Amino acid sequence: MEVGLEHYLVVSSLLFSIGLLGVVLRRNLILIYMSLELMLNAANLALVAFSRFTDNLDGQLMVFFIITVAASEVAVGLALIVALFRRRQTTNVEDLATLKL
Amino acid sequence: MTDILFYILSALTLVFGLLVVANPFSRNPVTSAMFLVMTIVSMAGLFVLLHAFFLAVIQVMVYAGAVIVLFLFVIMLLDINEEEKRRFQVFGAVAGSIGLLSIAGVLVKTITTSGIGADRSPSLEGSTPLLGEALFTQYVLPFEIMGLLLLVAMIGVILLSKKELE
Repeated sequence: MEVGLEHYLVVSSLLFSIGLLGVVLRRNLILIYMSLELMLNAANLALVAFSRFTDNLDGQLMVFFIITVAASEVAVGLALIVALFRRRQTTNVEDLATLKL
Repeated sequence: MTDILFYILSALTLVFGLLVVANPFSRNPVTSAMFLVMTIVSMAGLFVLLHAFFLAVIQVMVYAGAVIVLFLFVIMLLDINEEEKRRFQVFGAVAGSIGLLSIAGVLVKTITTSGIGADRSPSLEGSTPLLGEALFTQYVLPFEIMGLLLLVAMIGVILLSKKELE
């Protein structure tokens, strides 16, 4: 069977599910961030596949912007984690329950 | 030939992605970061198969070159390796995995039965000149806003990492 749009979308949705599983399963803030990166990458793959199969360049430009936003998001997020670690000496989400009622 | 490459690259992407979130051999964050690099590189291969050559190069340069290095810096700066001492909530993990498996099943079933790619053939050639032209004419405002966003992120990171942050 020839590889078509569905194949790429299936890979993308499976990768998104893996990333979501990481967010649910892991308790370390840094690993949760890595899982978020996986989910963003899954969205990028879907956009590039749509762009290729619908003959429209806008999808690839969207991916370009998503990569930029993801890079700045990671920089700010990791700086927040470092600042948090300095005050609390932990990156485990179960120890960061100050907002819990 | 490209079909075989697609299957190999997507299998590699999914296996490495799974090893990022649930590695049975090691719970060290550095191992996860290394497998994230492998996931990114396999995905760049998928981009090449989709004829998005510029994005494949950007993917490797920005993610594998910048984002992962940032991750590794923070992991080594904080020296995190006490995760294995934690008790593992089996019920929560099993429930979460079942829920995620059903979400993945629904997504895959929807995509395969929708017939979204039935009458579509791969047509776009993602050439870099066309991409640059669109970026600097039609999308010049978002492009400038991206530059501003990066500046804001840089200032924010410097502010957050200052020692005397109260």
